[in-house]
Amino acid sequence: MTQTLDYELELDAIARAYAASGGDPRDFHATRGGVLVVSGNRALVGRGTEGLTIETEQLSDGIRARIVAHRGAHIADPVHLCFGMVPTRGVQRILADFVIEEDASVRFLAHCTFPNAVEIRHIMEGTVEVGENARMEYEETHYHGDTAGIETLPKMRIRVARGGLYRSTFKLVKGAAGVVDLDYDVTAAEEGIAELFAKIYGKGDDRVKVRESINLEGRGSRGLAKSRIVVTDRASAEVLGEIVGAGPGSRGHVDCMEIIRGGKAQAVAVPLLRVVEESAKLTHEAAIGSVDKRQMETLMARGLSESEAVDVIVRGLLR
Amino acid sequence: MPALLELEGVGLSRGGSEILAGVDLTIEPAEIHSVLGRNGTGKTSLACLVMGLSGYELTRGRILFDGKDIAKLSISDRARAGITLAWQEPPRFEGVSVYDYLSLSGAGKPDRLDPREALALVGMDPLQYADRMLDEDLSGGERKRIELASVLAMRPRLAMLDEPDSGIDSLSIDTIDKVIRTIVKRGAAVLLITHRENLAEIADRASAMCGGKILKTGQPDEIGRFFRNHCEDCAHINSPGQNGYPGVEALAFRGPTLSPSGEGGQ
Repeated sequence: MTQTLDYELELDAIARAYAASGGDPRDFHATRGGVLVVSGNRALVGRGTEGLTIETEQLSDGIRARIVAHRGAHIADPVHLCFGMVPTRGVQRILADFVIEEDASVRFLAHCTFPNAVEIRHIMEGTVEVGENARMEYEETHYHGDTAGIETLPKMRIRVARGGLYRSTFKLVKGAAGVVDLDYDVTAAEEGIAELFAKIYGKGDDRVKVRESINLEGRGSRGLAKSRIVVTDRASAEVLGEIVGAGPGSRGHVDCMEIIRGGKAQAVAVPLLRVVEESAKLTHEAAIGSVDKRQMETLMARGLSESEAVDVIVRGLLR
Repeated sequence: MPALLELEGVGLSRGGSEILAGVDLTIEPAEIHSVLGRNGTGKTSLACLVMGLSGYELTRGRILFDGKDIAKLSISDRARAGITLAWQEPPRFEGVSVYDYLSLSGAGKPDRLDPREALALVGMDPLQYADRMLDEDLSGGERKRIELASVLAMRPRLAMLDEPDSGIDSLSIDTIDKVIRTIVKRGAAVLLITHRENLAEIADRASAMCGGKILKTGQPDEIGRFFRNHCEDCAHINSPGQNGYPGVEALAFRGPTLSPSGEGGQ
């Protein structure tokens, strides 16, 4: 990439946005682990590391990326990803394909940052292939500024091969959420493990929709669909945690908790379990309501006010 | 000098049942006072009432702390005045570390204890526990120790400990004795709620409770004997007046007879 003044300015702007989302801009220059920094439809930094290849292609409204962790590669340092836009309006479409080959392991730390969003659509459409006995962890933190002028539409289709592991955390707890429609779908083969975790704090008029679906196709496969959603003001949340137990001896659990703060916030939780193999075992726990009274009174009995106690509980849930 | 805590004819009704039927009790500063009674006799409700928990509003009588009526104070205000409660089954908190939890205890008080010191005082290695999360990964015994550490960290003036030795992986009486004496050494009184007479006997004074009333107050060994002779095998829990205990006025208990396992949510 040619380093122009324009490039430097854009990199600086996205670095500041990255910092606003909780990232450390020094990650962009990390010499170990890979880095991919995308501002709008420009890949400003795209650097693999030993055992990891990152390829990008510019689109009119985003980028296409192919990230491959090669067979047997154990990427010790996290791979930093930054997707964002500094302007107030626009569309960013990320088409991402992750391939984690047999016996490889890699951890991604992704920050998606839109600090000035007034009218932005962030579309993420991705596929993940986790190979046999491979391992992929994906931690994604979003920051959308305070104006809620953003639609976030992450849609991931994931396949976990025999003995593989896929674990992801989607976190949007700082600033406004805007409209979020998260749709993750995993299929796990024999002894494969899939764990999906979403933590979102909706405020104002935010609308949050989460679908976490796990198909336990293989023998002995395991899955966890977990979510912690807090809504306040007039925000609404709808969570579907779905697991299908199709593999012999497969085990799955849906754990969904939604906290409502304020009279006009609304929440819906739908745990959906489907067993199509008699030796599969699926369980769920879903709770919607205000903050747990016993927790709150315990903190108040140590001297915290009611609102301080609620803050501690909510911050913990979304941590 | 007034007693630290003074309960005068305290009554509590819940769901149409009378849970506390006129409790008279005093706790002196730096005193360890145990309330001994079988499950379902109103001990936990008494502590919840003093702490001001929701659903435990005084229906009659007075609660004085330092000579001041606290019946209208919130839980937080009672805690800031120096009252606290360690629950029989303390709740878990997702995403809250042991260190953070202990740091919240008595926050803003200049004399509060450092969380690491509080952990060490309950026999927990701060290096091992400070960063652990206060969630389901802790055993019941570990969680209860942390609750006692939280009470210590707060430096209260009155610590109410509800069945500190109960549950799986329970704490030994020696450990509880040590923690209680540490709390007292730091200037607090302890109201120890228990159904076990050997635990009650570590107190300076003890009271036997049944049917939502204090039956008798005295030296712990005396109350222990009373409990052993009259309460342990009593078939008339919460209706002790039917047997007519020697030296105890027959009680006119107006509530329903509770089962021996009925305590906890009361």
